[in-house]
Amino acid sequence: MAEVMKLHYVVSGDDFTRAGETSSKVKKTLNQLGFRPEVVRKVAIAMYEGEINMVIHADGGTIDVDISSDEIVIVMQDKGPGIPDVEKAMQEGFSTASNNVRELGFGAGMGLPNIKKYSDVMEIDTQVGKGTKLRIVIYAKE
Amino acid sequence: MTVSELATRLDLKVYTGEQSTRERCVSGCYIGDLLSLAMSKVQMDSAWITIQTNMNIVAVSSLADGACIIIADGFVPDDSTLEKAKEQEVIILGSELSAYDIAKKLAELGI
Repeated sequence: MAEVMKLHYVVSGDDFTRAGETSSKVKKTLNQLGFRPEVVRKVAIAMYEGEINMVIHADGGTIDVDISSDEIVIVMQDKGPGIPDVEKAMQEGFSTASNNVRELGFGAGMGLPNIKKYSDVMEIDTQVGKGTKLRIVIYAKE
Repeated sequence: MTVSELATRLDLKVYTGEQSTRERCVSGCYIGDLLSLAMSKVQMDSAWITIQTNMNIVAVSSLADGACIIIADGFVPDDSTLEKAKEQEVIILGSELSAYDIAKKLAELGI
């Protein structure tokens, strides 16, 4: 079995301006490790959307990234309000973001659809009132 | 065409981006102000035209691997955006022209 690099991050929930920092760090690491640009882009986009969701909806959370030569596994966990209707949340254009969030250019209802589009495996485990766990896998091999 | 040549040909204001990083090639364009859409539509090495000026545009362009951001209609990026762009080596350019007029010029240049 391939060697796995494990990374752990805490995403702050109160600071919009710092959203994306974790994704940037992981992107940099993957570039340094020599992953293909297409793989790095997929990870960066999927992670950024997850990170933004955590900031907008869940007051932050944690992100664990396991990197091996075969795949990148990202687990994003929060203690937010949960997603009452996952099917609806997966529809492009559906958003529950507030107006001030929309003014910043977010809340287009593309978060989860983008994550699905750019990941090879996506699993959501969510409980209303307790939080959401999102597991994403992106294959690194062609 | 490089970002540098593009900036000269379109008479764009260069807010951030060292001369060396502006040697990057541009090969396409996306126009939009919704960050999630831009995130998915801005292709590698393409120029992203927007009127958003907040710091999150830097993360989007950097993560999507765009060549540069062009801010249209004379909007001016926030100081925090410029600071972040310098840190992340993201090129921000600006123009008084509308997104449509900028895109027309890009098309005329074969982008």
